[in-house]
Amino acid sequence: MSDTPPASQTSRQMVINGTSIDDTFAEGFGMRGTRILITAQNHRWAYNAANAMTGFATSVIACGVEAGIERELSPDETPDGRPGYSVLLFAAASAVLIKQVETRMGQCVLTSPTSAAFSGIDGGDRINLGKNLRFFGDGFQQSKKIGSRRYWRIPVMDGEFLVEETTGMVRAVGGGNFLVLADSQPQALAACEAAIDAMKKLPNVVMPFPGGVVRSGSKVGSKYKALMASTNDAFCPTIRGITRSDISPGIESVMEIVIDGLTEADVREATRVGVQACCDIGAAGGIRRISAGNYGGKLGQFQFHLHDIMGGAK
Amino acid sequence: MSALTFALKTGAGAEAAADIDCSGLTADALAGLSATDIASLPILFGGRTAHVGDVFDVSGADSTQISFKGTTARCHRIGAGATGGSIRVEGDAGDHLGLQLKGGEITVTGNAGDFVACEMKKGRIVVHGNVGDCAGAPLPGNKKGMSGGMLVVHGNAGERLADQLRRGQILVAGNAGAYAASRMIAGTVVVLGTLGAHCGHAMRRGSLIVRQRPALPATFADCGTHTLAFLPLLMASWKEAGAPFATLPVNPRAQRWMGDTGNGGKAEVLVWA
Repeated sequence: MSDTPPASQTSRQMVINGTSIDDTFAEGFGMRGTRILITAQNHRWAYNAANAMTGFATSVIACGVEAGIERELSPDETPDGRPGYSVLLFAAASAVLIKQVETRMGQCVLTSPTSAAFSGIDGGDRINLGKNLRFFGDGFQQSKKIGSRRYWRIPVMDGEFLVEETTGMVRAVGGGNFLVLADSQPQALAACEAAIDAMKKLPNVVMPFPGGVVRSGSKVGSKYKALMASTNDAFCPTIRGITRSDISPGIESVMEIVIDGLTEADVREATRVGVQACCDIGAAGGIRRISAGNYGGKLGQFQFHLHDIMGGAK
Repeated sequence: MSALTFALKTGAGAEAAADIDCSGLTADALAGLSATDIASLPILFGGRTAHVGDVFDVSGADSTQISFKGTTARCHRIGAGATGGSIRVEGDAGDHLGLQLKGGEITVTGNAGDFVACEMKKGRIVVHGNVGDCAGAPLPGNKKGMSGGMLVVHGNAGERLADQLRRGQILVAGNAGAYAASRMIAGTVVVLGTLGAHCGHAMRRGSLIVRQRPALPATFADCGTHTLAFLPLLMASWKEAGAPFATLPVNPRAQRWMGDTGNGGKAEVLVWA
């Protein structure tokens, strides 16, 4: 989802299992993030609510937030002892995150049968989870303060929707990424699937694109004045002969994994695990190169250098 | 450092029955004072001002852990206004135990009098015996009772339990007298035993949770039996209250009555098996 330096910048050599790691970096940005725990009668309905809550949330460019399901929660991990999922949501600004949480809670979680929602971050700035949603109860809502936490019980048609009043908002990191360059499209996808499977085991991160993978990486700007971003032609294999391509001969497909995390260390670790999973497949599986997207280091406050992360000298 | 201990002196004649105002004997008031200093402090005793040393044998030094020994129902206002520390009462306590308590914990091994946890704001009070009337209620003339914290009664409660309760939890293992939860504004009251007449009278909001259906006023309406997701969370908070509350099986099912329709009708009585 970002511009990428020309091949001339990727000069130092690092090869893992036949896969070349570019000497480049992903450029990350400061974001605001929150975690919400969603429970329901069973995992099926908790997933439905969590999936809806994190739907249409691939990029802050057009979706407002970037969000995803962090992991499945067993009943002994949730406040109400029911099956659930934790979701993470990230936005570029506090006001946007606050608004998005409120609207998504109202349309996606409140509406989902048997659901309940709880704060997933104890510290940070407190933002509304059910504080305003309670007015849906039209005066029949009930507050229940248990310990230091306030909950709202909103009467709904299937019974009662239980929601904690607030959740925590913290400073977070978005825009971590790496590119997988492969001999073929199936091989690129297989490597990305392996990477996502490994990365999903990590806490505090989500990969917000469909299935965790994005095939339409973008660069800043366009020949069309109305567009602020357009296809990353340097990594588009079907036009490599007529553009300033960064794809070497033989590369037929490029896919990207974007990472948002609660801390820089979380994004860094997810990058390491994901790249390693691709390299485990290696050249034998058609994975030729790993690269990353950045803006020359001028826009983002975080840099995730692939050589540094994968253990080589930067 | 050993607990600061107040052992009630055995008196004779009229003085043995005289009321003692213990409100000054808290961690806040006694911090940094020696047992000798404390013994010379003034205390209201039988309507006159005496010295603490005239009424109690004072020993120990740690004012954050106060122990009363041999107390009777004449020892009033124990822990009143305290903001922290622990107070252990080995014996009975009089009226206004934990009056306007703002923090810390009070434990009474015997019974306590009227107005326990009256206008309490924070903290926890545990009474292993019975409490008198108006536990968790406001002072006469005031309009808001207990507004936070937890009161645990292992015995029975008298009349007007949780009258005008504003917030917090009251757990009673035994029975409660007439007019329990009357005029309740919010908060939670749990009674594992029976309730007296007129429970929930003029109750406005909040939850009265009982194990057997009480004789409710006609102004309460049956809303059916439901699974209420907040009940397991509420029960989880009872772990700190100890048995029998901490060992109750988690059950989110309850029959819900709402009332008092004569006063808004937004309160609930949950009959929870």
